[in-house]
Amino acid sequence: MKTENQRAWFFVLPVLLLVAFNALVPIMTVVNYSVQETFGNNVFFWQGLDWFEQILRSDRFQAALGRQFLFTFLILIIEVPLGIIIALSMPRKGIWVPVCLVLMALPMLIPWNVVGAMWNIFTLPKIGLLGYLMNDVLGIAYDMTQNPFAAWVTIIVMDVWHWTSLVVLLSYAGLVSIPDAYFQAAKIDGASPWKVFRYIQLPKMKTVLTIAILLRFMDSFNIYTEPFVLTGGGPGNSTTLLSIDLVKIALGQFDLGPAAAMSLIYFAITLLVSWLFYTLMTKDDAK
Amino acid sequence: MRKRSLIPILYIAFLMLPIYWLVAMSFKTTNEILSGFSLFPQTFTLENYRVIFTDPTWYWGYFNSIIYVSLNTVISVCVALPAAYAFSRYRFLGDKQLFFWLLTNRMAPAAVFALPFFQLYSSVGLAFSRYRFLGDKQLFFWLLTNRMAPAAVFALPFFQLYSSVGLFDTHLAVALAHCLFNIPLAVWILEGFMGGVPKELDETAYVDGYSFPRFFVTIFLPTIKAGVGVAAFFCFMFSWVELLLAKTLTAVEAKPIAATMTKTASSAGYELGLLAAAGTLTIIPGAIVIYFVRNYIAKGFALGRV
Repeated sequence: MKTENQRAWFFVLPVLLLVAFNALVPIMTVVNYSVQETFGNNVFFWQGLDWFEQILRSDRFQAALGRQFLFTFLILIIEVPLGIIIALSMPRKGIWVPVCLVLMALPMLIPWNVVGAMWNIFTLPKIGLLGYLMNDVLGIAYDMTQNPFAAWVTIIVMDVWHWTSLVVLLSYAGLVSIPDAYFQAAKIDGASPWKVFRYIQLPKMKTVLTIAILLRFMDSFNIYTEPFVLTGGGPGNSTTLLSIDLVKIALGQFDLGPAAAMSLIYFAITLLVSWLFYTLMTKDDAK
Repeated sequence: MRKRSLIPILYIAFLMLPIYWLVAMSFKTTNEILSGFSLFPQTFTLENYRVIFTDPTWYWGYFNSIIYVSLNTVISVCVALPAAYAFSRYRFLGDKQLFFWLLTNRMAPAAVFALPFFQLYSSVGLAFSRYRFLGDKQLFFWLLTNRMAPAAVFALPFFQLYSSVGLFDTHLAVALAHCLFNIPLAVWILEGFMGGVPKELDETAYVDGYSFPRFFVTIFLPTIKAGVGVAAFFCFMFSWVELLLAKTLTAVEAKPIAATMTKTASSAGYELGLLAAAGTLTIIPGAIVIYFVRNYIAKGFALGRV
């Protein structure tokens, strides 16, 4: 049992200070910008909630938000089941376990812009392996700098390549924690593989799957570097996701007010959806 | 059983293909790359690597990255340790709210923070040069009030001026900025591992006359060393792969290798071989670290809470 001790605050203080320094100060700066207008020369005018209204009404923001939700939805619906399937078919013991784990974790440790550059090299027509295979061997016209559909497929496949391992490793950690007795009991009862999965493995993986889905949601919703390096948001605006658009407005055009308002809306959506996921997935535990 | 092992094999093959292509590309000459398709390097060359190892702007990129990543890992784990201990052992006013607030920081899009960070660390330099003799706390509150007020301090023309002093473009700036998402994660992981250590261990040690610091360092830390390893691994990983903040907070002195690459990609046209060689080299530190913690990875991803 935990004991009540207010002096524990002293242990938390360094963390509080460091994170507050990093979180509160910038977020206050953003709030500050979001309600003001400036023409440079240190002159600021009170703007109220105009920027928020302008952003929420703008077609550009709505389009980017739509693309962002589509992207995240596709990522979750592909990576989560795929990750579970791979985790289920991995060996539970033996020398191949560490080999699998190290190789699978490798993509996650590559700097994000290198991931983008790597896929760029991989998919170039004539030069890249994938580009060559598609165009010259299979005869399918494939060029992601021209074709929006090809660009979408490429960023989705790239993200599956990059992050499915996270779901695999988490699910696998959940699976190996199930005692053998459960499977022996299921065998005696003559349970089908589906029933074993549905009633033993899936419930045991629930905690880790919650973490996996939450992490995958947050990271895919906030994705910036990889698609930026790979497609730059193009062709046209077809792969301009929210972060890419935000950086364009903030650091490209230096429209600080709208960019700040957009940042806050963006952050609020991420928080809200994360909270929704979290409450939905842990609903049964509370009962 | 045989058929089942096909799935992981296919998956790993899929993972290795782009990596193979990158590595193969790094051993090719620019001529060969542009002249057409070849599965293996026809004229094997180490020229791309020679360029990187002899040009300071290239190899300093690696040192910069490794310096700030290590700094960040040490800071994150050191401050997260006592905090995780407090969360796992004690109840105190606002503990649940604080824990949740920490985790929300992991959810913020890095893009949201890029610009404010730039300004924050630029002006911290000014703060240090002016208020050298005040304590950290005063500095912090000075900053806080300054940032909250719609002050003229933000104005664009001053950015470059501030940028040239103090923390901007230092390794420390990047290391501190990455604390935003690494400290919450480290606290979360360590708290999970510490929760698995029975409280009786602490109590026995106190009865035996151990002071808290001595108990923490000589008994408690060795007990959760796997957790410390996993937390350090994750801090290393997320700091190593992040680029947006690292790039915004640096210019020349502390520029990460990944940023050097983007610059090369755009300025020198298509030096694909060089780019591939630099990319290949960025995979190596990750691969080394992952090899050391391979047995704890699965456990660490589950955050010790399975």
